[in-house]
Amino acid sequence: MEITGAEIFVRSLEAEGVEYIFGYPGGAVLHIYDALYTQDKVQHILVRHEQAATHAADGYARSNGKPGVVIVTSGPGATNAVTGIATAYMDSIPLVVFTGQVPTHLIGNDAFQEADNIGITRPCVKHNFLVKDVNDLAETIKKAFYVATTGRPGPVVVDIPKDITADKAAFSYPDKVSMRSYNPVHVGHSGQIKRAVKLMQTAKRPILYTGGGVILGNASESLTELAKILNFPVTNTLMGLGAYPATDTQFVGMLGMHGTYEANMAMHHCDVLIAIGARFDDRVTGHIEKFCPHATIVHVDIDPASISKNVKVDVPIVGCVDNVLKAMLNEIKNNDVHSDAVALKDWWQQIDEWRSKDCLKYDHASETIKPQFVVETLYKLTGGDAYITSDVGQHQMWAAQFYKFDKPRRWINSGGLGTMGFGLPAAMGVQFAHPDATVACITGEGSIQMCIQELSTCTQYSLPLKIINLNNGYLGMVRQWQEFFYQKRYAMSYMESLPDFVKLAESYGHVGMQITKPGDVEGALIEMLKLKDRLVFMDFLTDREENVYPMIPAGGGQNEMILV
Amino acid sequence: MRHIISILIENEAGALSRVAGLFSARGYNIESLTVAPTEDPSLSRMTLVTRGTEEIIEQITKQLNKLIDVVKLMDMTEGPHIEREMMLVKVLAEGDRRNELKRLSDIFRGRIIDVTDKTYTIELTGAGDKLDAFIQALDSGVIIEVVRSGVSGIARGDRALRL
Repeated sequence: MEITGAEIFVRSLEAEGVEYIFGYPGGAVLHIYDALYTQDKVQHILVRHEQAATHAADGYARSNGKPGVVIVTSGPGATNAVTGIATAYMDSIPLVVFTGQVPTHLIGNDAFQEADNIGITRPCVKHNFLVKDVNDLAETIKKAFYVATTGRPGPVVVDIPKDITADKAAFSYPDKVSMRSYNPVHVGHSGQIKRAVKLMQTAKRPILYTGGGVILGNASESLTELAKILNFPVTNTLMGLGAYPATDTQFVGMLGMHGTYEANMAMHHCDVLIAIGARFDDRVTGHIEKFCPHATIVHVDIDPASISKNVKVDVPIVGCVDNVLKAMLNEIKNNDVHSDAVALKDWWQQIDEWRSKDCLKYDHASETIKPQFVVETLYKLTGGDAYITSDVGQHQMWAAQFYKFDKPRRWINSGGLGTMGFGLPAAMGVQFAHPDATVACITGEGSIQMCIQELSTCTQYSLPLKIINLNNGYLGMVRQWQEFFYQKRYAMSYMESLPDFVKLAESYGHVGMQITKPGDVEGALIEMLKLKDRLVFMDFLTDREENVYPMIPAGGGQNEMILV
Repeated sequence: MRHIISILIENEAGALSRVAGLFSARGYNIESLTVAPTEDPSLSRMTLVTRGTEEIIEQITKQLNKLIDVVKLMDMTEGPHIEREMMLVKVLAEGDRRNELKRLSDIFRGRIIDVTDKTYTIELTGAGDKLDAFIQALDSGVIIEVVRSGVSGIARGDRALRL
């Protein structure tokens, strides 16, 4: 029996086990929306802007590991989605984004709501497909999910012209698909793994530097076991937080521009650097010429192109992080390998000395609310068990520094692209994935306004998010750089004409609170957490000119941190 | 250093733009690029000439391999290989020059493939430096137009780029 392309679309999503599709309708996708309307297996979530659809699907994917799914219409629907697609691309998040397209015979005619979706998205997707025949639709959808979720994950766009969704074909969804041009590597090279273990055995000042790949590759347990067996210090990148328990004594904190002093000093002085699922981003390395001058570098990554891209490595290992870590563990156990306990004792002593600088200290006696105090109190009250999303800027760094993530997939932020407006829609996606969990969005008054329309979506679906707005009236990170490097010329970093966030929240049917005194922070957060089934918008008026410390200034090495 | 990279790529709409887009997005340089379907119509073969340090060439080959449409590639420059380029040159050929140009074309093993009372069109095949030398040898005043195909390359001996 033949069915329409729109029905094939919906049945393919069912076959993929898709629970939610985040989207926004429009002319080119009306057949698909009609087909979605007549079934109840795939639930469509209506956002208020297509950017938010991609961020919500992204938050969903980051928090539970399944691919996020999006549908938008042609032209502006697709172009609005691009920021979210680029965000997912930079952080290697599996998304399948369906974009409507004008009918095949109109492509290239500058038709109403036509855009070259394949051309526009090409540089920010793992791959994209234009469906030109309804008979190819099901297989293309299968390929899109396969490509998005395997190897180094990433967003895949499927562009579907409207006539394809009306054309009919027989439906059969392939069980599996193979592509001769795409064969991701799974297992690491055993010789290289042996070399890496040898280095672990002889290292005097080792460090494990781990990134988002450990989370994407579900390798936290293996990483923790390896670190414990070896007694090596562990530092996580911004994307890797939660991959190793932050409350463990072997954790030296986040590294990089706003990482801890001890993490960056340990990186700078290490003799063996074991990089796992991390990509030597410029915010991590600081000045590349000054990066880890004494280190022999092992790099485990699923993407060969990430290896020796920024920093030349000595032992490259391409493979799934978890497979490689397990192979290392086997090698260690089977050969009764031990790390150098004597050298490590000295190394830990040195690290503890750096730690004693207490680089994250801030003024606890302040008359104004310190943003760090808000995050710290939230951490305490949620027992470290909440899902935290963030936007981009100072609040993001404070969230990363002061909320101690012990579990993977709890910290959801736009690390690579640094997309303001990410936090609220991402939190929606997280809440859909974990309906009973506490999901808090730590944000600022600048970022939150970039996707604030989603408060309406939260009303529609009764999403009980907790929004922690660290409101200092400035684009704080911009202001901080202007203070440090532009002689306090605060060009356009002052946020004038802010709305009354309490009233704004209330107008959408949510609860709003404004907190102005440090003494009220804890009580207000307790009250917020009691309102389990309501969205609560917490507007904290914080110290206006607090800075994020410590900091590696641009061009600095990891041993050149500015401390408080 | 100059590298010749041969690529087997799915013969699909947009495949070429993925390669070209990769080079512009990452700031790599393309000296020449040729592409046409192979004996298997589902595959195109692309020959790309680029320059860069060893690190950059390594990144280029890795990034190309990462493109989903790229099936296989080979850096010709890593082993013995043959490179060829075809050039068509239209020259002013009047009076005494006609014989002179014919002789020059013969010396370079060119063929005159179109003749008018005022012009010759010469076809010449060879490595890039031979084509350069021919242009050098011509009096610049006589050149009307030059068309070069870009480099094609193939490995010598048993080494082959195939599925």
